[in-house]
Amino acid sequence: MSDNKKKDNSQLTRRKFLAGLTAGAAALTLPAVNADAYMMEEYFRQHYKRLDKEDLNEILTKLEEELTFKYGKKVTATATPPMDDVVFGYALDLSRCIGCRKCVYACVKENNLSRDPQIQWIKVLEFQKDNKKWQGLEHSNKYYNPKKVPEKGKNYVPVQCQQCEKPPCVKVCPVQATWQEKDGIVVVDYNWCIGCRFCMAACPYGARNFNWGKPSIPKEEFNPNIHYLGNRPQYKGTVGKCTFCIQRSRKGRYTACVEACPVGARKFGNLMDPKSEIRYILENMKVFRLKEEIDTKPKFFYFFSMGTGVKS
Amino acid sequence: MLIDAINEIFKIVTTGNKKYKMWMGFLSVLALIGISFVFTQIDQGLIATNMRDQVSWGWYIANFTFLVGLAAAAVVLVIPYYIYNYKPIGEIVLIGEIMAVAAVSMCLMFILLDMGSAERFWHLIPYIGIFNWPGSILTWDVIVLNMYLVLNLTLVIYALAKTYAGKPYKTKFIMPLIFFSVPAAISIHTVTAFLYLGAPARPFWNAAILAPRFIASAFCSGPAFMLIVFQIIRKTTKLKIEDKALHKVAEIVAWCMAVNLFLLGSEVFKEMYSATAHIEPFNYLWFGLRGNDQLVPWIWTAVIANSLAFLILIVPSIRKNFFMLNIACGFMFYGVYIEKGMGLIFPGFIPGTLGEIYNYMPNTLELWISLGVWAIGLMIFTVGAKICIAIKTGEIGHALEIPSDH
Repeated sequence: MSDNKKKDNSQLTRRKFLAGLTAGAAALTLPAVNADAYMMEEYFRQHYKRLDKEDLNEILTKLEEELTFKYGKKVTATATPPMDDVVFGYALDLSRCIGCRKCVYACVKENNLSRDPQIQWIKVLEFQKDNKKWQGLEHSNKYYNPKKVPEKGKNYVPVQCQQCEKPPCVKVCPVQATWQEKDGIVVVDYNWCIGCRFCMAACPYGARNFNWGKPSIPKEEFNPNIHYLGNRPQYKGTVGKCTFCIQRSRKGRYTACVEACPVGARKFGNLMDPKSEIRYILENMKVFRLKEEIDTKPKFFYFFSMGTGVKS
Repeated sequence: MLIDAINEIFKIVTTGNKKYKMWMGFLSVLALIGISFVFTQIDQGLIATNMRDQVSWGWYIANFTFLVGLAAAAVVLVIPYYIYNYKPIGEIVLIGEIMAVAAVSMCLMFILLDMGSAERFWHLIPYIGIFNWPGSILTWDVIVLNMYLVLNLTLVIYALAKTYAGKPYKTKFIMPLIFFSVPAAISIHTVTAFLYLGAPARPFWNAAILAPRFIASAFCSGPAFMLIVFQIIRKTTKLKIEDKALHKVAEIVAWCMAVNLFLLGSEVFKEMYSATAHIEPFNYLWFGLRGNDQLVPWIWTAVIANSLAFLILIVPSIRKNFFMLNIACGFMFYGVYIEKGMGLIFPGFIPGTLGEIYNYMPNTLELWISLGVWAIGLMIFTVGAKICIAIKTGEIGHALEIPSDH
């Protein structure tokens, strides 16, 4: 108890200290327009986990104002916390996937990812079918571009953040700008990331994307329902990643990629709920995870509902 | 006294012969070109470089890695002089420490340049920010690099101040710090190796041999650089550096290169004989992979240069010939620069974790910015060495009054 109190006090001091800094800096630039003050607040904003409810609400309101003005749509910004007794899991039926990339485009739109430079959180890998064996990742092709899919003799494996139970990316971050939430989702505080890209070197699944340039999102395609840790617009020089559509999943909705899949290859649900579809798949299908040998324990499973996937 | 000293030092730095001025002018031009490109990079973001998601660290981190080695190499002089009391090296040990200061400064510049949001550096400051220690190896690197910088600065400034005042500087106060600088030097390169080898996602790096290989190669490239600089210094200044000192350093380097090549051989055997899927980046580097062979000429010339340097250095009669020694030093500097730079960082990402081959090479902007950093580093080194030599030779201060056994 006394420990908690101590912690609270130090938090308060820190916040006060930073508020003082912000005010001081703002005073220096007087007469400052609101935009400048907002930029200062943003620069001195604390780590997400150190914001109290009041701070967070204020930040979300400002974010709504800013984005509503910028994109000409009524924006709703939330920071919905994880639900109790929920850990999200994902399963992908490789025998169904036809490589159409509908999930990729739905994800880009839903998550307000930059169109130029182009950022895609889901990568669909194409493999040449081989009668004898399942081919290694080194034989994959991300840039396939036929007139029609699926092509005869090809397999497709979509890859996105595997939401590892032991995420190597989280461990290496020097400023804890990325962490695992209670519901298993690994998130990034885009305002805290310093852009060192150590997490990208550490991720075994190529699941993290860096904003090498200033992100650009067309106004008409902007998704106005945003979550602070998810699909809000990102910044130049920071890292982003799939969050299982945190803005949807925490409200009990399917992710955009699940909804977009025309063949029903994508399954999503609560691993803690014994009656969920995801649990049914884990219990009744032969599932596997990518790169099991390095033991990151992904919560993203692959399976074949039909055949073995290696016949031609 | 202090004001006088500062005035005198200022005069030493701002005056010099034509060669000194041309050298500093040349470096300033390079630095300014580099800085102008930094503005472009800040404006556009790191998209101005050739790095992309597939190869997310490139030329900057390659240079950083090499320079950590250069910085660590100061101990090659510290150990024989301070610990084994090998006197001839006493004249040059401070120059080695100044090189360490310059090299660590360059390391920190390269890190800042590589950060996508460097303006948020305060997030790293404990208490007001979050310093993820001990979890993140990067925070260990921040600690040891800054500690090593401060340590070497302290050693150099203390020694020069004492010498300036005409007093011996091997005192009870400073000796513990000097002894501490030995493990500190090892630590900066070990921790830097741990940055890479701790990543199971990157099989090319994920080998325990990486840290000892880092140390062995660092003790080749650093002294190689210094051996050439010492010869320039004794030709252009009044500082006397005995042949014996240079020969001793060359002898140490010969054995470090032997260890380096041995460790490399062990790694080559392990990869090629076991021939698992992990051999892909290895093949990309050494032989080319599915038609992508842009690193192949670099790594082969590097390993040939290192081997030739070893052959030259291992025979005492040959390494005592300064012409041959300098060739060996040039070869080693090139060899380690390629091996620890592009030869280590690029293949870590190629092929990528999903098997993609992205043929990364730095673009013009990255090359100019890196040259600019090197220019600034060399300026720091030149100025530091000039002050050091002026004080040691008694041009300013009272060095000549120090009893001769020190």
